Amino acid sequence: MAAPLGLQLEFGGGAELLFDGVKNHHVTLPGQSDPWDMKQLLAWIRGNMLKERPELFMQGDTVRPGILVLINDADWELMGELEYQLQDQDNVVFISTLHGG
Amino acid sequence: MFRLNRKCMKCKEGTAVLIIRVNDAFCRSCFKEYFIHKFRAMLGKNRVIFPQEKVLLAVSGGAASCSMLSQVQEGLSREAPKKFRFVPGIIYIDDGGACGRSAEERQRSNALLKSIFTETGFTYFIVSLEQVFSLPTSVLVPGTSDPDPSNPSYKQAVDQYIKEKQTLTEENVASAVAQLSIADSAYSPERKLALERLFSSMKTLTAKEDMLQTLRSVFSKLLYSFCFYFLSFLRYVIAVLVILTAIDITHDKASIQRLTESFVTNLQSDFPSTVSTIYRTSEKLHTVMPPQSQTAEPASKCLLCHCTLDTKVDKASAFHATLVSEQLSQIKLQDSSLDAPAQSAEQCCTEGQGCGPGGCCSSNRLPSHQDLKMLLCYSCRLTIKDMVSLRKAPHSWVQSLRVLHSSNSFYDVVDDMASQQFHM
Repeated sequence: MAAPLGLQLEFGGGAELLFDGVKNHHVTLPGQSDPWDMKQLLAWIRGNMLKERPELFMQGDTVRPGILVLINDADWELMGELEYQLQDQDNVVFISTLHGG
Repeated sequence: MFRLNRKCMKCKEGTAVLIIRVNDAFCRSCFKEYFIHKFRAMLGKNRVIFPQEKVLLAVSGGAASCSMLSQVQEGLSREAPKKFRFVPGIIYIDDGGACGRSAEERQRSNALLKSIFTETGFTYFIVSLEQVFSLPTSVLVPGTSDPDPSNPSYKQAVDQYIKEKQTLTEENVASAVAQLSIADSAYSPERKLALERLFSSMKTLTAKEDMLQTLRSVFSKLLYSFCFYFLSFLRYVIAVLVILTAIDITHDKASIQRLTESFVTNLQSDFPSTVSTIYRTSEKLHTVMPPQSQTAEPASKCLLCHCTLDTKVDKASAFHATLVSEQLSQIKLQDSSLDAPAQSAEQCCTEGQGCGPGGCCSSNRLPSHQDLKMLLCYSCRLTIKDMVSLRKAPHSWVQSLRVLHSSNSFYDVVDDMASQQFHM
């Protein structure tokens, strides 16, 4: 069984309002046999962190269109999006791009 | 498996960190250059700013305006001849009063923005939205409520376009809307043509909507990526943005627009023809304007919203019916208690009798809600219904009320109020 996974999650652009207004979260994912991937992380976030209005953050298995996801400061599209396998102490940033101004 | 081994498609050297458009991977520095290039190209194509001109930058503290500010700074720092040649100034409008922010919150964000602006070295103005009440009415421009044939509205422009081209169908209307949006942008003619072709090739309305949404999101991604990588202060300035998002996502009842929007979109999900039906029905609705004679005086404007007064109507109207109903059901409270001494005040003053030992009782008479209502449109009347006191009414209202009434004692009261305004 793999060791628990520590991650730094950040929410910005208004997305933090769905998480009690807190921008920075350090979370520890429980150890499991298979490595954690982004798809599982999103499901975990929905089940354990989202306080309200899950439809504003997620759409089905993935994030809602308009939410920019950066893994270690790089676009998650470069990392394989939902299939990226998380490493210990990875930094994942979710930025809502739904507002101009 | 998917580690960062992709190279930047532009310089071929740096490690790619971001994907622009469909599959173009850029490294950080090439992305920055790309972004700067886009900004300068847009300015150049539009040709609205000329050398030595003063340009006022409206900064709200959000991602787009902060990026614009940083781009202007960047453009002004380059060595000539590529340097920007206009003179920028910054304005920030604090609308916290309208958004329900506390005084402390507003002070905090104003201070933060002030420090950012000072650093730029540009002239800046931080004004609060409430100051609009101090402006002379000649400066204020009403919203487009009056149809003006020389300046067709957006919808009328769409209609004209459609009639010129082909028969009116839903599909064509959507195409027309998209074409008008594309025309406004800073795209090159080839790109515009390609976009228009792409748009017309889409079969369904849903597909067109999806495409528009995709185009918009491409721009958003660009903007927010730039902010994330190159504007560290944005993380703090987001605090200003938060209040807007709070209103947006927490409250269906934050505004009539939000409520209507959620009502319609909820209906649409069960009945897919809702939106198109509303659109087509709205086209059939129009108000009948009474024929305007040459000698008719220009319609008076509401004191608060500056739209044309809609309360000067005849007796056989819905509005008149509400007035009658109001009179019949009114419980005589505050207004009448104010009016009673007012009446006796006028009596004692006009009859030449001395007033009581407490001085003239007319000095206690303030302009009442009744007086103010005459100068407001229907919706603004409803807005001021809950006003407890008119003491803090804007100066411009005081002036207008003075014009409305002609009694001398009233002038005294109004002058008192006016001087109080200046000393507050």
